Amino acid sequence: MKYLDEYRDSTLAEQLSQRIHKATKHNWTIMEVCGGQTHSILQYGLEDLLPETIELLHGPGCPVCVTPLELIDKAVAIASRQDVIFCSFGDMLRVPGSQNDLLGVKAQGFDVRIVYSPLDCLAIAKNNPDKQVVFFAVGFETTAPANAMSVRQAKTLGLGNFSILTSHVTVPPVITSILQSVDNRVQAFLGPGHVCSVMGWKQYEAISNHYKIPIVITGFEPTDLLEGILRCVLQLEAGEYKVENQYARAVEKEGNKVARTVVEEVFDVSDRMWRGLGSIPKSGYKLSYDYADFDAERIFQLETISAEEPAICISGQILRGLKKPHECPAFANMCTPETPLGATMVSSEGTCAAYYKYGRIGQTK
Amino acid sequence: MCLAIPGLIESIYVQDNINMAKVNFGGVKRATCLAYVPHAKAGDYVLVHVGFALSVINEQEAQSTLKVLKDIGELDEI
Repeated sequence: MKYLDEYRDSTLAEQLSQRIHKATKHNWTIMEVCGGQTHSILQYGLEDLLPETIELLHGPGCPVCVTPLELIDKAVAIASRQDVIFCSFGDMLRVPGSQNDLLGVKAQGFDVRIVYSPLDCLAIAKNNPDKQVVFFAVGFETTAPANAMSVRQAKTLGLGNFSILTSHVTVPPVITSILQSVDNRVQAFLGPGHVCSVMGWKQYEAISNHYKIPIVITGFEPTDLLEGILRCVLQLEAGEYKVENQYARAVEKEGNKVARTVVEEVFDVSDRMWRGLGSIPKSGYKLSYDYADFDAERIFQLETISAEEPAICISGQILRGLKKPHECPAFANMCTPETPLGATMVSSEGTCAAYYKYGRIGQTK
Repeated sequence: MCLAIPGLIESIYVQDNINMAKVNFGGVKRATCLAYVPHAKAGDYVLVHVGFALSVINEQEAQSTLKVLKDIGELDEI
């Protein structure tokens, strides 16, 4: 398909690999931020095309993974009500809460539905005026415009039986948090292409300048990722640090201004808990004052629900690039995609799940 | 969750005062919201995430990137 096949050309990928080998003189660590990028790297075996001296660190950019256990428990509590139709993207259904997951709630006979778009929930709300329709609004800046539009449209249409359970997280604060940690290992970032298609990449210039670190906004196809890695290596070897945009076919410096405007209208920036990482200041979105009537946490009064993550899980260290899945004693035995213990195994885009799926159970890179 | 896929806009229509489109993803057709790409038109490729087009694919930039990648290969053969 156009704009997919061309960027999966194996000849171009091989040529880029050779160029990376030639350019690399020293040991470097590069973190890809986005879970979609992690998935592509493992799916296409791109690490095998890199010199031994380049280590890819897999970052915290999987929103399904980093949604706190507490939010899953809240979703389960709302979905387990007779008066509710609970809607979610499919990848949230198997994420385990403390006692149950949304698929389990559905199996018990409650009305849990997978939707393709948050706008689908508005049609469901219109057709079911006697039910409360709740959407599990999870995602990074890429998903925020869609979720914001669903709330804005619900208000415009006067839908009083629609609300969202919000778990929105944002990228710049978490990469800043990684760079500020005393044990940080990241020397360059592959920036999140689709997040930047919405938000642009101005925010990343301040981070690159302050921490003197290369950031290359990168797409998701094999040649995108290899070109992103090559650009990082060229900067690192030259002692340079700047933001480059590898994904120019989809990302402009200013991002999508229309989308940003709606996100800013519907959401306010807020502190957020990240599964495996704890609370990060100003790292998420909550509904703004004007849209507070659409807040499911407020409607269903869930403040009393809280949960703790399993102590054995090292996902927090994996998300910060400090450890790899094989260094966890629970990996691939106690903790599998069927019985995940923590953030990085709960979604197919998580590092542990991707290592497990692509057979890298005992591998270090 | 953050994956977005390019698709071809086949036709545009209005629903509840929002611009929508029928978008073809390699044979699979889905309703897609165009609210965030008001300049998009039939025949454009758009990057679509959870039913929303987030950007119109810039064909010139796409071809330019491919040319750079091909040039890298040719340079190495010299």
